[in-house]
Amino acid sequence: MTDWPLLSTITFLPLLGALFILLVRGDEETIAANSRAVALWTTVVTLLLTLFMISRFDGSSAAFQFVERAAWLLPGIDYAMGVDGISVLFVLLTAALMPLCILASWHAIKLRVREYMLAFLVLETLMIGVFCAMDIVLFYLFFEGGLIPMFLIIGIWGGGRRIYASFKFFLYTLIGSVLMLLAILYMYWQTGTTFIPDLMAHGFDASVQTWLWLAFFASFAVKMPMWPVHTWLPDAHVEAPTAGSVILAGVLLKMGGYGFLRFSLPMFPIASDFFAPMVFAMSAIAIVYTSLIAFAQEDMKKLIAYSSVAHMGFVTMGIFSATTQGVQGAVFQMLSHGWISGALFLCVGVVYDRMHTREIAAYGGLANRMPIYAAVFMLFTMANVGLPGTSGFVGEFLTILGAFQVSTWTALFAASGVIFSAVYGLSLYRRVTFGQIEHEGLQQIADMDRREITIIAPLVAATLIFGFWPMPILELTAPSIDALIAAYQEALAAHFGGGQ
Amino acid sequence: MLQNLTLILPEMILFLGAMGLLMIGAFSKGDATRTVNLGAVAILALAAVTAGSFANNAQATAFSGAFVMDSFAALMKVLTFVATAIAIIMSQGFMKLEKLARFEYAVLLLLAAAGMGMMISANDLIALYMGIELQSLALYVVAAINRDSLRSTEAGLKYFVLGALSSGMLLYGASLIYGFSGSTNFVEIAAAFQPQDGVLPMAQVLGLVFLLAGLAFKISAVPFHMWTPDVYEGAPTSVTAFFASAPKLAGMAIFLRIMMTGFENALVAWQQIIILLAIASMVLGAFAAIGQQNIKRLMAYSSIGHMGFALVGFAAASEAGVASVILYMTLYVVMTLGTFACILSMRQDSGPVERISDLAGLSQTRPFMAFCLAVMMFSLAGIPPMAGFFGKLFVFRAAIDAGLYALSIIGVLASVVGAFYYLRIVKIMYLDAPADEVNEPMPRELSILAGVMTAFTLFFFIYPAPLVELADMAGAVLMQGGLTASGLLQDDVAGH
Repeated sequence: MTDWPLLSTITFLPLLGALFILLVRGDEETIAANSRAVALWTTVVTLLLTLFMISRFDGSSAAFQFVERAAWLLPGIDYAMGVDGISVLFVLLTAALMPLCILASWHAIKLRVREYMLAFLVLETLMIGVFCAMDIVLFYLFFEGGLIPMFLIIGIWGGGRRIYASFKFFLYTLIGSVLMLLAILYMYWQTGTTFIPDLMAHGFDASVQTWLWLAFFASFAVKMPMWPVHTWLPDAHVEAPTAGSVILAGVLLKMGGYGFLRFSLPMFPIASDFFAPMVFAMSAIAIVYTSLIAFAQEDMKKLIAYSSVAHMGFVTMGIFSATTQGVQGAVFQMLSHGWISGALFLCVGVVYDRMHTREIAAYGGLANRMPIYAAVFMLFTMANVGLPGTSGFVGEFLTILGAFQVSTWTALFAASGVIFSAVYGLSLYRRVTFGQIEHEGLQQIADMDRREITIIAPLVAATLIFGFWPMPILELTAPSIDALIAAYQEALAAHFGGGQ
Repeated sequence: MLQNLTLILPEMILFLGAMGLLMIGAFSKGDATRTVNLGAVAILALAAVTAGSFANNAQATAFSGAFVMDSFAALMKVLTFVATAIAIIMSQGFMKLEKLARFEYAVLLLLAAAGMGMMISANDLIALYMGIELQSLALYVVAAINRDSLRSTEAGLKYFVLGALSSGMLLYGASLIYGFSGSTNFVEIAAAFQPQDGVLPMAQVLGLVFLLAGLAFKISAVPFHMWTPDVYEGAPTSVTAFFASAPKLAGMAIFLRIMMTGFENALVAWQQIIILLAIASMVLGAFAAIGQQNIKRLMAYSSIGHMGFALVGFAAASEAGVASVILYMTLYVVMTLGTFACILSMRQDSGPVERISDLAGLSQTRPFMAFCLAVMMFSLAGIPPMAGFFGKLFVFRAAIDAGLYALSIIGVLASVVGAFYYLRIVKIMYLDAPADEVNEPMPRELSILAGVMTAFTLFFFIYPAPLVELADMAGAVLMQGGLTASGLLQDDVAGH
């Protein structure tokens, strides 16, 4: 390993870009143009650095790599950064989605461009920080800090009910997280450290685990979001600007699942085992119930938002099945949902930028005027449904496989959810693209331009490549997940074995 | 005798300086306000440096144990004096525009600072009362300094009447305590207050409760907070800025000292009261602020809430707890002064505006001011990575360590409710269309001060260690000083 703090560089590089944007001077046009350019270049360089980091990443090891550690707040609360097989891909996902978001906002955002780009760059730092933090207090700092830029993004550049949505988003997430903070403080008091690997090795008392698990669950279940605390998500998604929705669905939701994997499962195995049936029930309800709700939506973004809740149900189900397939499927599903739902929101953004409405009924027959769009939209609808050959299939299949070994009923409900997702997905696609053009405004609608194709192309590639050949991702995550599951089983065996 | 004088050097400087400036103000021809203000700032700086020089000294007492100087007192004094100096700097432009510029203001603030120094170092009930009264009398006058304004005089009168009531309670409690312990010295009181079988005699508890009520009034903890919103709203804004900062620090400091040294054995009796005060303050501060339209009133409820959070660390009654209170109060003062630097800049051509809705769209008309205020709001709400988050982190850490789980849970939930009204201000500045109510540019000294406070709040997380260590040291000195002192009297330089 080199001594250069690569992870800190990746994490804080966007802040440097933000500083440059602050220094831009000139009239409004110049500021807007330069802010866009600086933001794009910063995110691209961050992505390149992340790719460089991945190329140096040792995929055969379960250990944290590129570790940095320095004294920070109190003894035991350090500035510690590092990535393992689970987190490294989320860093890549974040870094990869950011340039696309900046490009997607290129023309859509005309007001207060400088502030917009600033908010996105700050958000990128905080999101990457969440996945790199190896200290739980540092994790919390990044995790909560992300609320501020997202609040502003939804609130300033959002749609009609943006204020309601931004407050709901902020307060909902905050109330879950503050309980987690107390749990973190309790763990610090017990162990004298907040270094994640030390906490994983600690082994808390079974009775204490229950409370700690619930406190963490409060935070991550809201972030995920799981039924029944999912109601902030449709509001936030509908009102957020396109790029905001992409980041929300693509990265922010993944923090909940990441949190379960990083904290709940390894640190509180006994409580995780105890609560798994509850999580299964909530996941099954999420999958079936929100799929049905999605079918009733008239707003495209809301439909995709509800479908996100359903897909996150697969993730929680996979994680708490605590089997190798289930957890691998969950990680894969999170990554794949990251680009698929991101792409779907971008697809909505494409027509929204032209027609300024998200109502499904306002469209119809788009295939006649927009062949490329129709093809792309179809691919992502199918991927969202989980058609074999797309990356959406791999995650769903693996999580169901994992759940099947633990709870047949849950797997049954989840599998039926796949059918429901086909119902709402295909009906959305039919109503938007097929048939004759009946609305006047649609007669002159233009197909996707070069910029839009550039944005969507990498997502198409990722969906197809990893749909047919998921091995690179599965192999990279395998050592870490195997170690996680092994430690989990060992802890359970020790607990139940000792109890008898 | 000489050593007695060395220990009270900071207060001496303030007293003599105040007298000197009073002479300059009274006898100079023409308006001496500016000179007196500058002089007052210089004197406060000198006093702060002098107080700071005691930071590493061992605990020492003067005047037969009535006055104590240790690193806890040194730190709190430095903070108090600096906060007072900043309040004077911030008032300069505002008072001039409002035609309130009088040299007496700075002199009164110096006297108040001297009183606060006395409070912080008090180790005896008489010394405590003297300090509190000196401070309070100066504050009553400055609250009513806009003597032609009905609101300002009303605020002054209200403050005076309620303040006199609380002083009465405090004095009554002190007399009961004296009656039962035979001494006014904290150390000797501690020896007399020994619970038998885990309970204190009823009469002793009664004295303690009265004393607590008087002190709770000074830091405006619920249910002794009634004066706060009215006084904050009625007093001129620059005076409010001062009220919200330095006196709260000094009040909390003496509160900590008397409970941790004088009544350390009576912990069972007062811990529950502090917990109750903390819960009531946090909850009322959070809910009552939601409906406010006036930003000064909102800040009053906000400060009530923050006293509640500081009391959470207090209730832990441990070294970590005291350290967390010190840290919390320090950060609170920085955030409050930063916020008031922005509030003082809220001006229309006709005069100051105070409605929250006047801030509409400020981010587009005054981006810098809006940014500073937004950072302060997020910080007051306790959102990381702002400094305010670390204050909350440390007080809740202390409470969790002490096993106060219910208090912690109520506290964090109250902080979520509180976040709502702080967010509302951000929303009005960033999300609403500009109303252009605030149309005067930010005065230079205020923008510099606001910028410094904002930078501190924003970047505190990068290198928090120095302040954390200072607070830890001061907390340890206060707790251990109390423990050793109760065992055997020492370091009494005065001798008997």
